[in-house]
Amino acid sequence: MSVPATTVTPPLADDLDIVIPTIRNLDFLEQWRSFFQPYHLIIVQDGDPSKTIRVPDGFDYELYNRNDINRILGTKASCISFKDSACRCFGFLVSKKKYIFTIDDDCFVAKDPSGQEINALAQHIHNLLTPSTPYFFNTLYDPYREGADFVRGYPFSLREGVTTAISHGLWLNIPDYDAPTQLVKPLERNSRYVDAVLTIPKGTLFPMCGMNLGFHRELIGPAMYFGLMGDGQPIGRYDDMWAGWCAKVICDHLGLGVKTGLPYIWHSKASNPFVNLKKEYKGIYWQEEIIPFFQSVILPKDCTTPQKCYVELAKLVKEKLGPIDPYFGKLSGEMVTWVNAWNELNPSTDVAAVKNIDAAAPKKK
Amino acid sequence: MSQVTIDRNEIDIVIAAFRSDLTSFLEEWRPIISRFHLIIVQDPDLKEGLKIPKGFDVDVYTKSDIDKLVSASHASMFSGYACRYFGYLVSKRKYIVSIDDDCSPAKDNNGDVVDIVTQHITNLKTPATPLFFNTLYDPYRKGSDFVRGYPFSLRSGVPCVLSCGLWLNLADFDAPTQSLKPELRNSRYVDAVLTVPKNSLMPMSGINIAFDRETVGPAILPALKLAKEGKVRWETMEDVWCGLVVKVVCDHLQLGVKTGIPYVWRNERGSAIDSLKKEWQGVKLMEELIPFFQALKLSQDAVTAEDCVMEMAVAIKKGIGSKHPELANAAGNMVEWVKIWKEVGSRVLI
Repeated sequence: MSVPATTVTPPLADDLDIVIPTIRNLDFLEQWRSFFQPYHLIIVQDGDPSKTIRVPDGFDYELYNRNDINRILGTKASCISFKDSACRCFGFLVSKKKYIFTIDDDCFVAKDPSGQEINALAQHIHNLLTPSTPYFFNTLYDPYREGADFVRGYPFSLREGVTTAISHGLWLNIPDYDAPTQLVKPLERNSRYVDAVLTIPKGTLFPMCGMNLGFHRELIGPAMYFGLMGDGQPIGRYDDMWAGWCAKVICDHLGLGVKTGLPYIWHSKASNPFVNLKKEYKGIYWQEEIIPFFQSVILPKDCTTPQKCYVELAKLVKEKLGPIDPYFGKLSGEMVTWVNAWNELNPSTDVAAVKNIDAAAPKKK
Repeated sequence: MSQVTIDRNEIDIVIAAFRSDLTSFLEEWRPIISRFHLIIVQDPDLKEGLKIPKGFDVDVYTKSDIDKLVSASHASMFSGYACRYFGYLVSKRKYIVSIDDDCSPAKDNNGDVVDIVTQHITNLKTPATPLFFNTLYDPYRKGSDFVRGYPFSLRSGVPCVLSCGLWLNLADFDAPTQSLKPELRNSRYVDAVLTVPKNSLMPMSGINIAFDRETVGPAILPALKLAKEGKVRWETMEDVWCGLVVKVVCDHLQLGVKTGIPYVWRNERGSAIDSLKKEWQGVKLMEELIPFFQALKLSQDAVTAEDCVMEMAVAIKKGIGSKHPELANAAGNMVEWVKIWKEVGSRVLI
């Protein structure tokens, strides 16, 4: 095998952080070594901070436990969930890179139908660095993939596409089902490799799963808040869903694209469906009202940054979802806290701190 | 999910014939389509009689049949690729499966021949999910389901009335694209079918489709005729126009459109560069069509496919049709189509 004359740098090696929430250990990184080692890792340790998480040798990483989160954010630490993988968004907050790839610690390297190992990170990078096409559906899926293109009838003015903000990957083996479905179909495994990446059209919401996800931190990071879940909260396993609904509405508003499909990872661990049911229970009812809310959100034209969009969204959450349960009022407040924390830790981006929305004069309809 | 029954009494296979000798085409498809009733509509410009092998349950329609049923002033609606719509008109069955006569059966990733009829009918007989995107694609497929975060109230879906299949080998690219990349062939078999979300328009390709004729037949219509309309797909937009119309209708009536499998194998035919020299008007038109159709809203009074088409025809004539005579003509054709549809429908003996 010939060797390149100069070292080949993996794409975005200096522009991308890999964020991993964990409570156990990071043994799974051994399998990912050849794909991940060139990149910087941000480990967010959930649960007991006195426990030591062992990171395999040879990885360049920073690790944050709950004590670190409290120290860095002070009172704003209230927005970061405890005892839930939602804490991963702390990693998004402290990263200084342009792109994020986040993966769960029970996700392993999958193989494509030819038996080749899938470099999920490389695929996410490709998805993020090629445009999306949210304004008209391309029946041959991602036209920027090798071997594909726009089909007959696709307007030429739309063929430049828009910048991709989110790349949502999928999972072979244990599918991301909710608790009721897991209880009814405990043995179902996803064995269908669908060789496609496609843009989710503008105006369409989707259930975003956080276990295999890439995004453009500068363009959409402020909207990738994973909400209040876990310890002391009435709901769990809706962190990524919440971030996905918020982020999609904002992407649609800002003219950014969201892709879904490849890459696949191999999801190895089936969580306990009874435990899941308790966590999701309220969410299953609430989502019936949450979805119509997000589908009807219209953001004002002057919301030109993700931060402005997110603050506006927080206001609407309080106003429209608040009546469902006090949780939403609390969540709304923490959404604002999150944006303030974001701006504090990323001062070059948006402007002045946002006041608590209770203090702001409410807009009467 | 329960097995879908493929009942031959519910299905018509409609083929538009652009060449007289259909022997090789029909022999290739025999294992898949011979048990179904075929409607073959001969291109009115084709002078020779059709050669059809034995063993098919087939009705052939020619120019004289078209002339008998529709007035002379409207016979041109059924010229070229649009002659297949005559087949949709005279069909008495619930489902139509229609493919171009330059397609062969494809093979899936396992090497098995794709049974387009079974897959299309399965697509049509299982619900569509246009109101929220399922990341595992069609949740009704074996081995799949709705994912976490999918609202339960939306899991019964809506009826699927249109199934748009895809093509291996010669994909349905436009002439500029294929001319620029003459070697480009589609070799990627994507093992998925998914619902096109509500309010998203898509470019429907007539090469490989199936639909619920009873519900949405009036909206699967021949309307747009380009000035230099030809006999290769690069020289027509009739199906793309039809797709925009039917998607607006479906979104309004809470019906679903699926896209993806089944695949056909599309054989080499024609020259993209020659077509490009001849026909580019269609490509230009799309620039205006998309924003227009995207913004089109139908009234609450439009409760059937016919109602929707009539309202759309008025809007098109008033709006975009006022700038483009071919679009005003298309609107006129839409009105005429609904009229003919109703007339023919009323003649059917149950």
